[in-house]
Amino acid sequence: MELSETIQKQASLPDPANFAPVIDLNGLSVTFGGRPILQNLQGELRGRAIGLLGPNGAGKTTLIHTLLGFHLPSSGTAHIFGQDIITDAKQIRSFVGYMPERDSYIAKMSAVHFVRLMAELSGLPPEAALERAHEALFYVGLGEARYRSLDTYSLGMKQLAKLAQAIVHGPSLIFLDEPTNGLDPPARQRMIRLVREIRDSGKANIVLSSHLLRDVEECCEEILILKDGRLAVYCNLEEERKSNRKFLLLEIRGDQDKFAEGLGALGCEYAITGDHRVKVVLQGGTEVRDLYHLASQFDVQIRRLSYKRDSLEDIFLKAMENGHGGL
Amino acid sequence: MAVYEHTYKQYLGKLTPEWSRFLVIPRHAFQDVFKSKLFTAFFVICFLPLLVEAILIYLHHNVSALAILRVNVRELIPIDASFFQFWVNFQAWPAYFVMLLVGPPLVSRDLRNNALPLYLCRPFSRTEYVLGKMSVLLILLSAITWVPQLLLFLFQSYLEGATWFIENLHLASAIFISSVVWILLLALLSQAVSALVKWRVIASAGLLGIFFIPWVFGEVVNQMFLTRWGSIISLGALMRNVTSGLFGTFAQASAQITQFDGRVGREVVVNEMPLWAAWLALFVVCAICLALLSRKVKAYEVVR
Repeated sequence: MELSETIQKQASLPDPANFAPVIDLNGLSVTFGGRPILQNLQGELRGRAIGLLGPNGAGKTTLIHTLLGFHLPSSGTAHIFGQDIITDAKQIRSFVGYMPERDSYIAKMSAVHFVRLMAELSGLPPEAALERAHEALFYVGLGEARYRSLDTYSLGMKQLAKLAQAIVHGPSLIFLDEPTNGLDPPARQRMIRLVREIRDSGKANIVLSSHLLRDVEECCEEILILKDGRLAVYCNLEEERKSNRKFLLLEIRGDQDKFAEGLGALGCEYAITGDHRVKVVLQGGTEVRDLYHLASQFDVQIRRLSYKRDSLEDIFLKAMENGHGGL
Repeated sequence: MAVYEHTYKQYLGKLTPEWSRFLVIPRHAFQDVFKSKLFTAFFVICFLPLLVEAILIYLHHNVSALAILRVNVRELIPIDASFFQFWVNFQAWPAYFVMLLVGPPLVSRDLRNNALPLYLCRPFSRTEYVLGKMSVLLILLSAITWVPQLLLFLFQSYLEGATWFIENLHLASAIFISSVVWILLLALLSQAVSALVKWRVIASAGLLGIFFIPWVFGEVVNQMFLTRWGSIISLGALMRNVTSGLFGTFAQASAQITQFDGRVGREVVVNEMPLWAAWLALFVVCAICLALLSRKVKAYEVVR
């Protein structure tokens, strides 16, 4: 069985956790001019949509470039679907798609011509490339503008054309580097919807690099946070949220000090976060109904009760404060 | 991802052989280049000297045509090494102008619009990229230089007979090698210059300068120091020497100059630079171009 068939089969299976990880980082380090950019990255990334987060200059784009073989690692290596990024770079490039961060296109070319050229360079025969170019442009919403020169495209349209060229050859892994950069809210929504559609199709894994937490939150299941070229956090977003479900935010009216003392007596951790607001961490055995009992006992009204989950922003900020973590 | 399905789907069809993918670039480039009617007209005009050459060869062997024109065959230029060398040198000019029109935007346009990552994130190497871009010029220039020249050589052989063909087979290799060296030089220079400056107009100006400024400077050196070594920086002169060498018409002592020292005049024989020096100089120029391309043709330039 050929490599591409194996990858396609693997990508379409429901639980990829049983197979080679999408990306396997083995002590990957990259140095430019003696300056370390990525330092000893370790871990197995298996998510269908992986968010690559980090402040500007954290090494997100360098990591993508290194995985694509644009930069050679100074030490360590990485594998994509089991293929080594140093020795099998060409093979890897045959099943990945890449949407660069910067404005990238071929001037004086219509969108359909451009996307067709890119498909042919990926190995598609001319007829199939032309057919797929049309399909890809319709898919991203540029169907009506596909015969226009790329020079005349707006920024949002250029971003969509970049996405079209990244998916035209039907890759199993798509690297999207800041796909919503410079987009207005409707264009951003369209881009996010497309990314989610590709993810939900189950035919391709996605690595989305962004410094916009909302983009990652809306598209990705797993996140990898880089800080100063090191891996700060790698986690499953949903699991991370679930693990923090017992954070409760209460809005109360009445004697909040006595209520707080009562919470302490129940063995709960609490914090008065503002006027009439109390944050409670339920400990083992304590239920929400106990809080209502407590409130009635102290004649306190609970006006609002909501589960407070750690948002991606909390996770991100924690990672920035804590520094270096691992998997 | 079908147009009407609007779903993402993978491509499961056949792929083209890897070795042939660099040819995608010239195929698409030709579509772009021949969109211009002006260029197409110019390219057609480039074949006119070859037509004249063909007519001259034909006249040599057509007694009735000579009779109609009232021309004696002895009055015509003989069809020998010098004849083919002249036309090879002549066709070098149209080739040069085609290179000036087509070459500069090939790489510079991609660099200016950050298109290189789009090429290189595919199963497509930097070597294939350079080869693909060079193929645009190699194919175009071959079509107006050695391919028709060799066909004319075969035409002459057909008219003259098998003996002439066997005796002059070295001319065929001279036509081929000298044209290919010139084409390679032009292709490499245009790629390297356009990769270096990124702007088409400046790249075109640079390519004009590379050929003409060293030629003028070299001639000044030659005149001042009564030597021919000044031509070592002139690409045109180097190519002329190399072509002469290949056609077997190279003469070491190329000129006699009368030098006046006060009232007394004396004859000075000026020797051409040796052939090996011309070949070496061309090799060095090509090596510099390749080094430049290797440095510039990258997905991303790392700013240290």
